[in-house]
Amino acid sequence: MSGSRTSGSTFVGMPAFPEAAHNAVNNPTLRGNLRHATHTIRAKRADAVAELSDWAELREAGKQIKDHTLRHLDRYLVELEASVTTAGGTVHWAADGDEANRIVARLVQETGESEVVKVKSMATQEIGLNEALEAVGVRAYETDLAELIVQLGKDRPSHILVPAIHRNRGEIRDIFRSEMGAWGRPAPEGLTDAPTELAEAARLHLREKFLRAKVGISGANFMVAETGTLVVVESEGNGRMCLTLPETLISVVGIEKIVPTWRDLEVFLQTLPRSSTAERMNPYTSMWTGTTDGDGPRAFHLVLLDNGRSDTLADEVGRQALRCIRCSACLNVCPVYERAGGHAYGSVYPGPIGAILSPQLRGTGSAVDASLPYASSLCGACYDVCPVAIDIPEVLVHLRERVVQGGPVTRDGSKVVLRPAKGHGAERVAMRAARWAFSRPGALRAGQRVASRTRRLHPRSLPGPGRAWSATRDLPPVPAESFRDWWQRTKGGEGGAQ
Amino acid sequence: MRVALFLTCVNDTLYPDTGRAVVRLLARLGVEVDFPMAQTCCGQAHYNTGYRHEAEPLARRFADVFREYEAIVTPSASCAAMVRELYPRMGERARAEGRGGGLSAALAPVIPKTYELTEFLVDVLGVTDVGASYPHTVTYHPTCHGLRVLGLGDRPRRLLQAVRGLELVELPGAEECCGFGGTFALKNADVSAAMGADKVHHAESTGAEVLCAADNSCLMHIGGTMTRLATAVRPVHIAEILASTEEDPTV
Amino acid sequence: MNRVDRVDRVSSRERVLGRVRRALADVPRDDGTPYEGAVARAYVAEHGDRSVEQTVDLLAVNLADYRAIVHRCAAADLPAVVAGMVAARGAKTLLVPSGLDPDWLSATNAERVPDRADSSLTELDRVDSVITACAVAIAETGTIVLDGSLDQGRRRITLVPDHHICVVRVPDQVVSAVPQALERLDPTRPLTWISGPSATSDIELDRVEGVHGPRSLEVVLTFNNPFPNPL
Repeated sequence: MSGSRTSGSTFVGMPAFPEAAHNAVNNPTLRGNLRHATHTIRAKRADAVAELSDWAELREAGKQIKDHTLRHLDRYLVELEASVTTAGGTVHWAADGDEANRIVARLVQETGESEVVKVKSMATQEIGLNEALEAVGVRAYETDLAELIVQLGKDRPSHILVPAIHRNRGEIRDIFRSEMGAWGRPAPEGLTDAPTELAEAARLHLREKFLRAKVGISGANFMVAETGTLVVVESEGNGRMCLTLPETLISVVGIEKIVPTWRDLEVFLQTLPRSSTAERMNPYTSMWTGTTDGDGPRAFHLVLLDNGRSDTLADEVGRQALRCIRCSACLNVCPVYERAGGHAYGSVYPGPIGAILSPQLRGTGSAVDASLPYASSLCGACYDVCPVAIDIPEVLVHLRERVVQGGPVTRDGSKVVLRPAKGHGAERVAMRAARWAFSRPGALRAGQRVASRTRRLHPRSLPGPGRAWSATRDLPPVPAESFRDWWQRTKGGEGGAQ
Repeated sequence: MRVALFLTCVNDTLYPDTGRAVVRLLARLGVEVDFPMAQTCCGQAHYNTGYRHEAEPLARRFADVFREYEAIVTPSASCAAMVRELYPRMGERARAEGRGGGLSAALAPVIPKTYELTEFLVDVLGVTDVGASYPHTVTYHPTCHGLRVLGLGDRPRRLLQAVRGLELVELPGAEECCGFGGTFALKNADVSAAMGADKVHHAESTGAEVLCAADNSCLMHIGGTMTRLATAVRPVHIAEILASTEEDPTV
Repeated sequence: MNRVDRVDRVSSRERVLGRVRRALADVPRDDGTPYEGAVARAYVAEHGDRSVEQTVDLLAVNLADYRAIVHRCAAADLPAVVAGMVAARGAKTLLVPSGLDPDWLSATNAERVPDRADSSLTELDRVDSVITACAVAIAETGTIVLDGSLDQGRRRITLVPDHHICVVRVPDQVVSAVPQALERLDPTRPLTWISGPSATSDIELDRVEGVHGPRSLEVVLTFNNPFPNPL
């Protein structure tokens, strides 16, 4: 037991969000790629959602199912364990990422294999499983097209659904041409940037790996407690390949992915595809319950992952983040994500949901995690599109409180009291001063009068922290008279006429 | 009906014209408004930056100052949203922190009678034609808290469409945030400025003379970006358009 | 599993469950509400009011919308339609699950490759086409669901070949919406939900058909005369 949560090593030492976003904002290719992709999917999602007259009711039901599950999570975990075991699976429990990685590495080593094929999985990215397997001599092949692009490009994911969203077709072609050969079958001669050709190149490159793989590793979108059924929702068929062709299947799934009953899937199978890829239904959904004689893997292992989730559950405001079904609609609609890009969030969970998930799963100790609650204008577009109604702005503000005020939190299962974060000293003083002035209308008025009398002396650009404003925006001119002075002088504008 | 104007600290200090416009507009519609001099700030900036405990005394002050009025009108969608949506939450949090129901009880009376200006006009006074005249081409930016928290819907648009001489043109990407976001504009200045520039370019593409919104905080950011980018579009608060008449036009 | 692992596993289980229970200290537990009453399910069982015929039409439209090729024929014509599809594809070999109605293949000369437990993946990869029945089809989403019954075979046979022919008996196997499909399905069986041929949105978030699964999906809606029969 290391006692600490693990995260993908590629994100260690990330700068705070504003610094990372600075580069993205000034990268025209990236801005163009993100704008094109997010705006394409935004309109389609709106259309797909509008097809369902009962969207609001589905959203509310999804929220309630998840809330109910979280309120009784211990019970449903035990029920799930029993169902999976009865169906022929083996259940493992991992308190953190290191433990999950050790379990998976051991399970793979016990098969005698030195390579595995992987279905795109947020949980295994979160814990850095590929790096952990590599450390014990096991090579993990990502098989989702976007994950493949990221893996071949030695890159980091920047989107939950489309980890290579920051790459355009031309960049993808270049990566395929230069890197595929080192991993297996090279890219076809004369590969162009046509999406169909790029998809074909991935098909050919990965097929040999699918056909020889003996171990598959996946996550899951849902786990049904009453039946022990796991569900993977996907598009390309790489999921089906990994879930059905190998002899051993290992699924690493966060403990919050449970739904109580089989019937509950009727809600999420309607809301997830439309929110995610804007489809009525995604091309492939696989559901399996333990093992089946003569069909699919002979051994099935389920690794239940905590890694900060129970700590998140302990926060009565923040726990709603655990309702997330990883659809990524909030990323696609977010104006901040669109301009800052996914890498600035310093986590496998970018965008609005990442800004509330990462500081809860990992704590607010690092520069990037302490800055994430502020990576939002609180415009609320994320909350609007969320299919499980996570009030992301509410949690963002709550986490801002945690950063500046400190207070009780749960870390690694223990209650601790956080101190107010450093670096907010001047802001804290300013907020207290403003509160003091706003508690005394006389003081506010005196300040307004000083500002009005000195208005001709005000610079157009501000020094110090004010430069953040005046570097790109002019200041409004201060009027000769505040409203309250006018009101008093004119006795309410003499009936409001003038 | 005893109606109070909650002007907000930003408007009081920087945009008194908006306050005068509200007074003039409501007087024309037969509503006498009072401006309680003890009012200051709703506490939104504190709350949204993470200083909820600093915001609490401001919320209590708001409730004390406005308790006796039958309606509280404010020309700021985000401050109205603060009172209506976040004051109840502040009360709940105080209770969850073991401080009892005192804050909830203190804030409860003002919450349901606080209205954003266009809500007050359309829902309480029941008017959409306020007798205004404003012979300009206008594009309307629905600010986020008005759009998504208060659900102002088409109220501002209906009011604008009834204004004589006003030509309303569609703003592309209207529902996208302008990038202000309170302290976000300072803490994430690069992203905020990029969002502001995109909003201004969209406004410019409409050919409108005026970009109108129901919140001067957003207009301060958009307007500051407009003058910096030397754009021909001007920011104007919706109250000033609705107050404008042929006899007494707003520029 | 050795002894140390077993001890570790048990303790991690208790550790995680203990953390979860402590995290929920503020939540009233076991309020006695049965789960059926805990969630408000105000959503509809299906969208819109359609006749059986219209539901089948919608299935056809939505299948085609996601690039499946849809055929409709009377049961008596099914062998000829199947033979036509196989011939048009130029398929020499046809994977056949053990319980498939042999009549369906009575008009085609393609070599039958049986779905066997000991077939190698490379063998399956060489097969031109696969034909199966299905368990249920969902009109609103354009989805066919396979449940591994004997007329549908192992999951891999509809995955490795590049061309999948799926026969849907209408209207018996067609439901309107997702909730009705789940009611009909048995969760203990391995289930594959298929909506069109494989696709990806991974390049610029735009949909492209055809990655790892069958790139061609042909669905035959077959009915016993007399049908359609408007209700």
